[in-house]
Order: sequence, then structure tokens, then C-alpha cells
Amino acid sequence: MKVRIKYTKSGTMKYIGHLDVMRYFQKATKRAGLDIAYSKGFSPHQLMSFAAPLALGVTSEGEYFDAEFNTLVSSDEFVRRYNEQMVDGMAVNDVILLPDNAKNSMSIVAGSDYYVTILDRNSNTEDGCSDDENNLGYSERKTKLLSLVPHLLKKETIEVLRKTKKNEKVEDIKPGIFKLAVVEDKIYMFLATGSEYNLKPESVVEALCKEAGIEYNKFDYHVHRLETYMKNEAGELVSLLESGTRIE
Amino acid sequence: MTKLALSDEILMEIEKPARYIGNEVNMVKKDLESVDIRYCMCFPDVYEIGMSHLGIQILYDMFNKREDTYCERVYSPWPDLDKIMREQDIPLFSLETQTPIKDFDFLGITLQYEMCYTNVLQILELGKIPVWAKDRTLDDPIVFGGGPCSYNPEPIAEFFDVFYIGEGETRYDEVFDVYKDMREKGATREDILHTISQIPGMYVPSMYLVTYKEDGTIASFEPKYDDVPRTIIKEIVLDFDSAPYPEKPLVPHMKVTQDRVTLEIMRGCIRGCRFCQAGMIYRPTRQKNVELLKKYAREMIANTGHEEISLSSLSSSDYECLKEFTYFLIDEISNNDVNISLPSLRIDAFSLDVMKKVQDVKKSSLTFAPEAGTQRLRDIINKGLTEEVILNGAMQAFQGGWNKVKFYFMLGLPFETEEDAEGIPKLCQTVAEAYYSIPKEERNGKVAITASASFFVPKPFTPFQWAPMLDPQTYRDRAHHVKDTFREQTNAKSMKFTYHETDVSALEGVLARGDRKLNQVIYDVYKSGAIFDAWTEWFDNEKWMAAFEKNDIDMNFYTTREREVTEILPWDFIDIGVSKKFLAEEWNRAKQGIVTPNCREKCSGCGAAKFGGGVCFEGKN
Repeated sequence: MKVRIKYTKSGTMKYIGHLDVMRYFQKATKRAGLDIAYSKGFSPHQLMSFAAPLALGVTSEGEYFDAEFNTLVSSDEFVRRYNEQMVDGMAVNDVILLPDNAKNSMSIVAGSDYYVTILDRNSNTEDGCSDDENNLGYSERKTKLLSLVPHLLKKETIEVLRKTKKNEKVEDIKPGIFKLAVVEDKIYMFLATGSEYNLKPESVVEALCKEAGIEYNKFDYHVHRLETYMKNEAGELVSLLESGTRIE
Repeated sequence: MTKLALSDEILMEIEKPARYIGNEVNMVKKDLESVDIRYCMCFPDVYEIGMSHLGIQILYDMFNKREDTYCERVYSPWPDLDKIMREQDIPLFSLETQTPIKDFDFLGITLQYEMCYTNVLQILELGKIPVWAKDRTLDDPIVFGGGPCSYNPEPIAEFFDVFYIGEGETRYDEVFDVYKDMREKGATREDILHTISQIPGMYVPSMYLVTYKEDGTIASFEPKYDDVPRTIIKEIVLDFDSAPYPEKPLVPHMKVTQDRVTLEIMRGCIRGCRFCQAGMIYRPTRQKNVELLKKYAREMIANTGHEEISLSSLSSSDYECLKEFTYFLIDEISNNDVNISLPSLRIDAFSLDVMKKVQDVKKSSLTFAPEAGTQRLRDIINKGLTEEVILNGAMQAFQGGWNKVKFYFMLGLPFETEEDAEGIPKLCQTVAEAYYSIPKEERNGKVAITASASFFVPKPFTPFQWAPMLDPQTYRDRAHHVKDTFREQTNAKSMKFTYHETDVSALEGVLARGDRKLNQVIYDVYKSGAIFDAWTEWFDNEKWMAAFEKNDIDMNFYTTREREVTEILPWDFIDIGVSKKFLAEEWNRAKQGIVTPNCREKCSGCGAAKFGGGVCFEGKN
């Protein structure tokens, strides 16, 4: 029986890479005493597949993996037993049962939404000597970037330099942006994710910086994923939790 | 959530930031306000290596069971972070609370191999703790050393305040109690160390004076005060079943070298191979109760979620309940979701049956460690394995479908001749012929024999502690000769021969049997930029050679020189139970090629019986 698990990855766990998160959940599932199914052969492995890999340094409250279980417990019990095994920063939020014919999460991911926080890295210094010039730079930078958010979407094309393994090319990322807004001093963005088209929030920030004439430095921004989405039959973007139902 | 010691920018820039953030499963958390003693445990190598070490897990668990003590961990920052920490003046920090290691009461460093010595200095310097013990004050932690290399601590004696000689499970409570009491009373650092030196097993190097003869050998080794013991008797756990064992070991997030549950089934070895230090220093052999091991296996798998379990001991085939325990693991633990990782076992019907059950025969190989190529030399080193035993085991395995064989040898053993060296390829040829004696339709394709040779390094507390070591050039010539002889064998195409690098082995030879004069050399090597010497990609022999030259030290004094049995050796002040007289007798028997029976066949009176337990008393209560 196939189950979909939604989890949170936050705090210092953002420095744990995707492969290690997979291993983390394999061990957590065993510790929780849940009856996960294994492949056959000399090196059996848990039947588990992850939805959309999260880049190192990014936090999320909308991560998913699918797993095959021999026997089930209720959704609440799943959540409780997983959370007894979590370290600081990791939490299981919800569990649903998928229909037998459900496609795996990785293949259906179509979008994700994020909050991007503009950081004031100088105020974090422990020695207490704040650099006035830089602090001023921070608030100016923030105001400027936030004010440009509504303008960015009005442009016909939004061009950024995208690097692939082989080459670099200028690309219009506008089709990948579903929503872009300012919410409580943060930038909210809803972007295309998945095998069909994948747009990283960093690329949008880069485009904003370019628009503002500010040099982009990835350490000035913190990215937090809110939810991962798929398309339903009507073609609307809905949460991956919509694929199934909670287990009572 | 703990605030990390490193900034986001640094963590995103360096390799594998998971090495430095802690927060692993089963990590112990305590309120710093509620503890009196802070102990920082260190393995002076990179996280993945250090986290794979069982000893630290045992002590971490044991210390943290004390309510007044909080034990944390630190490992060597990889060179990428090392550079950043120096540039930005970031003090080395513990993983749990991310606080500077200088703020701890104790820093305990485990010494598993000689080539980690420069990393010890890296830890101290990055930790902003004075590198030389004499420069430390009450504001600095008391720096402890332990582990196998502390059986000759002299080359690094001046960097440590105390060496714990022997097994860690026994005396730390006393040390902590004494320390806490004396700190409360406002004692000086000198007084605290003086008192610790009177606790059994504790060696405080600053309490001893060494003088040398003109030829460089030791003239005298004396305690500075009457109440400091002249001899340190190693500490040993006698009630092995009641010894603490970490039932909730730490589970790292990143992939480490030993990503599995490890069960220590036995400590010590009954065999008495004359080159083997572990076989002597852990005497007498003690076995863990099999029912207790079964309980540990169940609990530790449940507490970690590991998918592999392995057994730890020096010679698992000698564990008397091995059969029962192995079948228990296969039948009741493996359950299709836990791999059983087998230790190297004597090849017989039992081990082949087990191997067949837990491994893919097509992929797995048989392992033999004859260590020497001829029976003559195997008798000299007291390695009981005979050609007949190897051939019998190999034939059984070949008939069972195996076709891969691995052999481990040493080159440069005492009294080794050209004929002994040539015996290595000849033994491999004999095994190949045995394989091809099986009818074609009954065997599994071609045989593949891999032989590897390492450079023999004489170690303290072995019968070979007096033996000269070959110089690197002679060793290399011998290795080349063996390689040439391999090419001459009829089945040369089925064989592969590899041998280890010589420079590192020669240095290990110096450090293993070194004295206090080497402290300055190690310091100078470190200051010239050497760290991670155990890693081929970072090891730089030139730096070592320059430091020897600068200090006017001849490596041959430590390596190729044959010692007289009457010479005062740097480690003579340690009593491991096994007497110097027994080791000297064994050295003599080696010269005559006489085999000494193992502890279960017949007691040879090595001296370890004085501890009052283990194999010496098996079946006698």
C-alpha cells in the first residue's frame, strides 16, 4: 500500500543534503517500527521515493516522499510515530494513503511556492560593532528589491543567465513564474518545479537584483519552500496531499 | 535551536557542512547550567572516520550517564575549513553546543594510529589551547590521550597532560570526582595533575624525568616525586558483561565509513602472533555473553534504524559462541531488512554456509591472512595458519562456487629471506592450481587471486619490539622481486599483487617506537604545514625529512637499529600484564622458529593472568 508523507526540513538540517535526507528517513522509518516494504535480492532497500529535491541551504515545510508499506496505521499514528524519531529541524506533518494507480510524487510535481527573506547579515555579527554603511545598505537594498516586485511581472520577458552543466545561456524565466508578491517584508513566489520546467527561486531573486542594479549574493537571501504542488484533472495546481485521503 | 559556530556563508562554501553541525540522532542534550564537568571527546581525523569509531561511542554514552557531566565531541576540521578558521580566527568548537573546546574541563583525544599526531596539534592550536602541556593554565582543559598509541606515548608526551593507559571503562569516575573536588577547593593545575597521577592507569608525563646515554638510548626514567608511581599498570575491564555498552549509539546524517551497528563480541586475542600489538595489549581475552549480545543486537537495531550489523573482535572465529550468535543474527535479526556484515573468518564448513546465506557468492571473496609466504616464516611470526589449512578451506569454497581469493601478507618481517618472499607468489600459484584441478564444468569460470603486502612495522609490547625494520629501499627492492616472481608463475594471469607505500610505513616505524626527542620533530612538521598525514593526498614526506634534519635526528636510530633486550625502552614504565620476560622469550623462540601454542591450547605464562580474569580462568570457576 502506497503512502505519501509530507515533512518539514528546517533549522540546521538545511545543511543536510538530499541523499542524506533519504537515508535519514530510511533509518527513521525503521526506528519508528513502521512496516515498510523492501525490494528483493541480496541488498534489499526500502521502497521509498522522494518528490522534489531541495537544494542545500533551503528550508521547507512542504516536502514529500512516497513509500510502500505492508501494513498501515492511521495517519495520526504515522505522524506521531515518525515525530518521536525526529531530530531538531525535522518533522512529519501529514500522511495520506494513495490509490493503487497513483503516479509517484516525483513524476507529478509541477510547482512550489516560497518565501524569500532578505537578510541583514551584518546585524548577526556577535562582536556588536555594526557597520553603519552596510546596515543602511541593507534597508535600502530591501526597500528597492521589494518595490520592484510588482514591476518585474509587468515586463514582457525576464532574462537571466542560467547555468547548466555544459554551458550558460540567457533565458526568459517569465513562463516559470506563476505568482510573485510582497508579503510582510518577504517575497512570495510561486514557481514551476519538476521535470517539465524547473525554476529556482534564486533565479528570480537574481532577476530582481539585476532590475535593481544590485549585485546578487546568494548569502543575502534565505529561501523557504511552503508547499509542493501538482496539477489536478482540471489543470489547477493543488497540494500533493490531494492525491489521496487520510487514514482514519 | 542551537546557534551554529560557523556562519551560513562558511557552511555553504565548504565541503560537507554536515560534518560540523551536530544534531545527529541520539545526540545527548544537556543544560550547561546543570553540569559540573564538561568533557570534549576528540577523534583527530575527519568526521566520517571519527564517527565510525566504537570506543568513542562507548565513552560518550558512559560519561553522559553521569548527571554532573556533559560529554560532547569534536573532530578534525578538513583542510578547507582549517584554512578558513585560521584566516577568520574562529576557535575550534564542539558539535553538541557549538562552543569553543577551550571552555571545557577536559579534552580527551583518542590515538588510534601514529599518523594522526599532526592532527592532534591542529586540534589544540585551532582550539586555542597551548600546544605544549607546560604552557597550559587552569583556564585550559586538561588534555587526555588514550587508545592504542598511548601504549608508547613518549613521542607526543609533551603535548598531553595525562595519558589514560588501558581500557577507558574503569577509571574515569575517579578522575572526575577528584577533579571536581579539587577545583571546588581551588587547587592549582599542578596539584590536580599530581593527584591524578596517583590514580591507577594514569600517566602524567610532566611528573617524570628522562635522561639519555651518549648513544641516544635511555639512561633513566624516573618519577619526580616519591608518591608518583614508577610503573603504570594498564587498566582492564574484567567483568566484560557488566561493562557499559552504548545501546543508543549516535547515528550520523552523512554517510560515514562504518554506517552500521557494531557489536563487540570479544576483546583480546588468544593467538599471540609475534608482530601483533593488539594481541598483546588487550590480554587476557574476554568474551561477551551471547545472550547479552542478542539483546544488544535487537535494541541497537531498533534504536538506530541501521540496516547493517557487524561484529568486532580481533579474531572472531575464536569467539566460542560464534556459531550460535551468527545463526541468531541471520534467523532473527536480518529479517530481510538488516545486512549481516561478516568479519573475516577461518574458512570452514560453518563460515562457508554463513557466507552463502548473507552474501552473493559471485561477488564475495575468500580472505586469508597468512602474513608470510613460507611455513618457516609463519612459524617465526607464530601465525598458526598452514598451507594445508589454506588449501582445504580454498577447495571447499571453490567447490561451493567461489572463485575469488584475497591474501594479506607482510614484507620485511624479521629473519625474512628471499625464499620467504618468493613463497608469496608460490602460495598463490598452489591455490590457483588447486582451483584448476576441479573439473571445468564444476567450477565457476576463472580464479581471481589478489595478494597484497604491507610493510612490517615493529610495535611496542610485541616480541618484535627489539627487531630492526628494513630500510625503505630494501623493502621496495623486495616488493619488486615479489612482483617479478608473480609474473613467472604459470597462472600469473589469474593473480594480482599490490604493495603499500614505504614512506609512511617508515615514519610509523619511527613514531611507534619513538621517545620524547620526537616531540619537537612533530611540532616542527606541524608548523611547516603538515596535517592529515594519514591521507595520501595530504601526506608530504618532505616536511618530515626536513624536520628530522633540523633536529639532527636520524630515523635509523628508531627503525633499522636492532635493540638489545637489556635496553631501557621508552615504554618500559607501562605494565601491560604480559611481562617483558615473556616477550623476550618469544623473541628468542622466533629466532629459533618455535611456535607457541594459543591461550586455549596451553597457557604459556605470559603474565596477563595476574589481572584475574578472561581466558586465563576459562573453565576454572
